[in-house]
Amino acid sequence: MENNIQTAEKNSRKKILLEAKNLVKEFPAGRNKGKSLVVHAISHVDLTLYEGETLALVGESGCGKSTLGRVLIRLLEATSGQICFDGKNIVEMNESAFSPYRKQMQIIFQDPYASLNPRMSVKQIIEEPLVTYGMRDKKEREMRVKALMKEVGIAEEFYNRYPHQFSGGQRQRIGIARAIALNPKLIICDEPVSALDVSIQSQVLNLLKDLQERYRLTYLFISHDLSVVKFIANRVCVMFLGCICEIGPTESLYEHPLHPYTRFLLNAIPKADPKLRSQEKELLSGELPSPINPPPGCRFHTRCPYARDICSQQAPCRKEINGREVFCHFPLED
Amino acid sequence: MNEQLLQANSNAHEANTELVLDIRNLKSHFFTAKGVVPAVDGVSIQVPPGKIIGIVGESGCGKSMTAMSVMGLLRYPGKIVGGSIILSGKEITHIRPKELAKIRGNEISMIFQEPMTSLNPVYPIGHQVREAILLHQKISKEEAKNRVIDIFRAVGIPEPQKRYYSFPHQLSGGLRQRVMIGMAMVCRPKVMIADEPTTALDVTIEAQILRLMKKLCEEQGTSIILITHNMGVVAEICDYVYVMYAGKVMEQAETFTLFEKNSHPYTQGLLKSIPKLDEKTDRLYTIDGVVPNLLHLPEGCSFCTRCSQAQKRCFSEKPYLYETGQNHGVRCFQYESGVHLDGK
Ligand SMILES: Nc1ncnc2c1ncn2[C@@H]1O[C@H](COP(=O)(O)OP(=O)(O)O)[C@@H](O)[C@H]1O
Ligand SMILES: Nc1ncnc2c1ncn2[C@@H]1O[C@H](COP(=O)(O)OP(=O)(O)O)[C@@H](O)[C@H]1O
Ligand code: SF4
Ligand SMILES: [Mg+2]
Ligand SMILES: [Mg+2]
Repeated sequence: MENNIQTAEKNSRKKILLEAKNLVKEFPAGRNKGKSLVVHAISHVDLTLYEGETLALVGESGCGKSTLGRVLIRLLEATSGQICFDGKNIVEMNESAFSPYRKQMQIIFQDPYASLNPRMSVKQIIEEPLVTYGMRDKKEREMRVKALMKEVGIAEEFYNRYPHQFSGGQRQRIGIARAIALNPKLIICDEPVSALDVSIQSQVLNLLKDLQERYRLTYLFISHDLSVVKFIANRVCVMFLGCICEIGPTESLYEHPLHPYTRFLLNAIPKADPKLRSQEKELLSGELPSPINPPPGCRFHTRCPYARDICSQQAPCRKEINGREVFCHFPLED
Repeated sequence: MNEQLLQANSNAHEANTELVLDIRNLKSHFFTAKGVVPAVDGVSIQVPPGKIIGIVGESGCGKSMTAMSVMGLLRYPGKIVGGSIILSGKEITHIRPKELAKIRGNEISMIFQEPMTSLNPVYPIGHQVREAILLHQKISKEEAKNRVIDIFRAVGIPEPQKRYYSFPHQLSGGLRQRVMIGMAMVCRPKVMIADEPTTALDVTIEAQILRLMKKLCEEQGTSIILITHNMGVVAEICDYVYVMYAGKVMEQAETFTLFEKNSHPYTQGLLKSIPKLDEKTDRLYTIDGVVPNLLHLPEGCSFCTRCSQAQKRCFSEKPYLYETGQNHGVRCFQYESGVHLDGK
């Protein structure tokens, strides 16, 4: 309890880097009987990122994590809503006004092989953003590229090699070098270690942590792996079908989930300890509802064992409990 | 060569008549332009009835190729170059394709990570499972259809009558995997090999599928070889585990032993690298370096280049799999006082 108040205080003292209000993102999904359909990928989401923190976005595939990450840095345009970065609303800015902000927001993808141009050498890949943002001097660029390579643990002599000559872990390091090249403030990490083997995954996670400390980076860390999130995140935001279920400090959220969905997610993780095996653990039944036709009220109500009448009629409002946020009519007790 | 085989047979595989599947010193190599790739290099795996056997290891260590060899699905330039595969006491290593096709699906079946690739997109799923039944059993179409619906119900597909007519793309990944498991179980095989069956699924669905496999194993006595890279999945449902690295089994043990008394530096490193839910650390343990290229394996122990406990001889000599306790084998010189369990 005291702890929670302290974290809440700490949060309020922390500087806000990015604040999204009432964000909506819909994708067109064809027509049915003359009516045009949309995918409700993100529905009325409020989200705050504090400077220097790692906020994790978790939830099942298709719940809107990548879309939210991309909308926040305007790789995708929001359907409606507001995004303030460093106090400025960036949603309506034109390209030239936005350009200095774009530089401060970068993204790392799950599959470094797909995101790195196979025809460009490591040097060209890392150099590209430097060129775009006007570092003209060739010598200076070369020095910067080499410094970045060293920073992420790629030997200088690989300067002229191509992506296919590297392992998955090394390619992810190259992607990271490119992302930090312009000294950004915010990096969206979209499943950055999901495709890597565990022994490589731990190397990359340590690297991300080191870089964050050194440059006071803010991470939005998208992942479906709750063990990885436990290690890297300060706060966690759980999503379900385009909506936020709850947001809270990592420790207390794992310890005492407030939203029923969070508890199911945590229960479902296969734990690397056979002593924790239990036949009786409560599993979520059923399938994900369609984002084209999401259930009314609370979007989780069709799968929620605690649902009552109101859950199918009214979307739950934001509730604050011990400095944490939850969207549920009947949050779990501690 | 013969000597090695003899040794392997006499040591580890004496009272083996009980096994449903017995893989002995299997070697499957790929003959590529750049050289011979020893993808599976002397792997022995024993599968007793009604047990779930895990094969775990990082990508490229030979898990899938071991499975493909057993199924007779290895393709050029891959070839079984040594060892034997014994299914219910019958040698199947080099039997003819026609005979193998009979065994496949009947006595042994396999499911894959991405069920979409093994389902035909233009036929309703019910028909595909029905055809699988008719291939092996002489019953009428109507009877077969009823069996499909029973199977769908058994593997937890909601509204099985309706789903019978669904096309693969109309199902979620989790449901498609249930269809595949249903199809694999059609003839109540003695062994089902599941190659990363839950890797593409969300944790909530993964938990459902693992529970389903456990249930089939318990209720129908089917043995399962579960291939995974996830130690959590192993801990959750496997009875016995083989840890592979660069084409070889590095450690094998009962699941509880593996998690409590793991002995091989590679197993230890793997388990230490996983972030834990119940502990707070600032840094994760790492295994330095990367998996070696199978074309240029180190001369000694294949893990020597990354091992924190390597001694001088590890770089020049190859360790055997040594027995360190009951049903526990470790391929590391630190345990060489134990009996050899295989060839080099
Ligand atoms: N370009 C697009 N066009 C149409 N639908 C999309 C597009 N991108 C994402 N979606 C849909 O939006 C929803 C959220 O997707 P996504 O953000 O990728 O989820 P996640 O990253 O959590 O897996 C899904 O239903 C997905 O099918
Ligand atoms: N067609 C092929 N040609 C050459 N080598 C191959 C081929 N297929 C597989 N291999 C080799 O076999 C090794 C084992 O592969 P695989 O069994 O698929 O690994 P796993 O399933 O453990 O990830 C790989 O490291 C690769 O070098
Ligand atoms: S609002 Fe209702 S349906 Fe939604 S999670 Fe809470 S209890 Fe369950
Ligand atoms: Mg995504
Ligand atoms: Mg594989």
